[in-house]
Amino acid sequence: MGAEFVQFSLTPILIGVLAAIACALPGNFLILRRQALIGDAISHVVLPGIVVAFLLTGTVAAIPMLIGAAAAAIVAVILIEAVKRLGKIEPGAAMGVVFTTLFAGGVLLLEQSDTSNVHLDVEHALMGNLESLIWFRASGWGSLLDPVALASLPPELGRMAVVCLLIVALTLVFWRWLKIATFDEGFARALGIPASALGFGLVITAAIAAVAAFDAVGSIIVIAMFICPPAAARLMTNRLGAQVWWSVGFAILSAVLGYTLAGYGPLWFGSQNAVSAAGMIAAVSGVILGLASLYGPHRSRVGVGRDDAGA
Amino acid sequence: MSGFLDALLLQAGYNAALVMIGSGLLGFAAGTSGTFMFLRKRALVSDAVAHATLPGIGIAFIVMVLLGGDGRNLVGLLIGSAATAWIGLLLIEWIARRTRLAEDAAIGAVLGVFFGIGIVLLTVIQTMSAGRQAGLESFLLGSTAGMLYSDAVVIAIGGSIAVLATWFMRRPMTLVSFDPEYAAALGYNVRRIDLTMMGLVMMVTVIGLKLVGLILIVAMLIIPAVTARFWTERSNRILWIAGCIGGVAAYVGAAISASAPAVPTGPIIVLVTAVMFVLSLIFAPVRGVSAAIIRHRRFQARVHRRQGLLSLARQEPIREPYTLRLLAREGLIRPDGVPTEAGRAQAAKVARDERRWAVAREVHQDAGLTGRYDGLTPIEDVFTRDEIKDFDRRLGTPFPVEGLA
Repeated sequence: MGAEFVQFSLTPILIGVLAAIACALPGNFLILRRQALIGDAISHVVLPGIVVAFLLTGTVAAIPMLIGAAAAAIVAVILIEAVKRLGKIEPGAAMGVVFTTLFAGGVLLLEQSDTSNVHLDVEHALMGNLESLIWFRASGWGSLLDPVALASLPPELGRMAVVCLLIVALTLVFWRWLKIATFDEGFARALGIPASALGFGLVITAAIAAVAAFDAVGSIIVIAMFICPPAAARLMTNRLGAQVWWSVGFAILSAVLGYTLAGYGPLWFGSQNAVSAAGMIAAVSGVILGLASLYGPHRSRVGVGRDDAGA
Repeated sequence: MSGFLDALLLQAGYNAALVMIGSGLLGFAAGTSGTFMFLRKRALVSDAVAHATLPGIGIAFIVMVLLGGDGRNLVGLLIGSAATAWIGLLLIEWIARRTRLAEDAAIGAVLGVFFGIGIVLLTVIQTMSAGRQAGLESFLLGSTAGMLYSDAVVIAIGGSIAVLATWFMRRPMTLVSFDPEYAAALGYNVRRIDLTMMGLVMMVTVIGLKLVGLILIVAMLIIPAVTARFWTERSNRILWIAGCIGGVAAYVGAAISASAPAVPTGPIIVLVTAVMFVLSLIFAPVRGVSAAIIRHRRFQARVHRRQGLLSLARQEPIREPYTLRLLAREGLIRPDGVPTEAGRAQAAKVARDERRWAVAREVHQDAGLTGRYDGLTPIEDVFTRDEIKDFDRRLGTPFPVEGLA
């Protein structure tokens, strides 16, 4: 745990943790609202978003890419809603139609335009490059207090931290509304809560989380983090507050454990090279969900087995 | 353009023809097998299946290399991908059945986790045999560039088997899609039929990996079924319509890809399918958007016409411009708003039918017949001529409507 750790592992782990939390928080509500797959749809449309942003601006700077991705996510959400209503098509199929079409458009644009000389490719968008987000100027724990070294922190860390804080703040501010609207939309409306606007806001928040996380860690982690930690948490408790805390805990655990296994695991087997950290984080979150499905105290449906009415 | 026509007629060379025929077959198979998933409201299961093939590809490659063979053997890779896709399917089913999590959460979890594991394996492969870059990434987005004759044969045979299996299983699968409880009561094993459905989807996915890649094969499974739904209300037709849409889109897409430079096959097939979807969404006869707009306009016109005529009968002034335009166009009023002879006659009829309805509601107090009163249904459509005569008798003899006579 010396200088090398600070230089090579601290920032990726932090970014991974922040990304996981940012995705897991809205994921809790998406799962309870049966909208879990919206994260899947959003993470696919990020690609056309960044391709269009690149074609319009001609740069691979982070801000235009993020704006493009966010715009694509919003366009996708609106299109899904339009297809659902205009064609009277069930939500899953509407999502499937929209995001695959947009993704195909993105791939086609990417192949048509001359982007081979810039670092913009599909694999990067999918897998991210968590391992490369190292803190180059750090020389040890002391660097945390060194302003010169701090200035060279990877910019993804700052962005991810801001987004994560924003999402935590939004969750806290809208906690009561979200709680009521998620469980009883009719009651929420009767109370005067703008339930549809809240639902749309939730999806947009998820989109922001997905876009910021994709930039740092790739889309796979986004899909897995939206669903696995909250789903595992759902099997641990019947209380929403506790569920959110569990999901944050699972998200952190997946990120730290996944990064460690990816970075150091192969060394234990005598291999020289690390494996994809984003993929490993997703895999660890899956293992956690698997364990929760097997042993979680509240894994059964209500009415089956033990009930916590008295608790 | 002539290049495209050449390609369309299979004149663009041996390889292109191979790819196009393979694509057409695959599109047909994907359209038909995807239809049942769509009808069962499980369209996105195919997304999870597709992503769950990735670890299988990685494992198969590693195993084949360790056994000293060529890691890129297509059949081996497809067997591997089918194995993990099947595990993914069973996991989705298990999570949705055994835990309180909804099916969409199960789909998302399997999708994300299996894809993550697949990516880990891909990075392992990259380091394992650095000299033999496997090109497994091509399975993400597909590539027809290096398609061999044997690959096309695999696609053709697999696609045909999938279509045949769909044909033989269409009755039980339709039944389960619409009413699983009834199917169970008839003695069908619903779970096994569900798994067969998913198995077919898995087969199409696996076959399509090489051609369109695992992300875009989902589109070939979902979009044709959704598109076909616009054109029919019958389950046996939707199957073949979806198959034809999928087949034609894939064939045309492959032709475009073969005739234009730098147009990858997978995305263009998806976009052609999407164009067909949008056209159907807009122009389909009953469920389409334009049909709905026309229906709405007609309804609007009927309401305005009737309200206008009632106003004429009651000698109330009409101020609504649309109503005035409508009545004037039909020659029921003059441009200055005064009713014509025809207008007076029509107004009298509407007013009389309104009185008849009032009587009808007194006679038939049950809501069965009079419940159909919506102001637009002609009374002749609901009651027989004798009944209407009876209403007229109760109304008394006709008398001139004041001011209109």
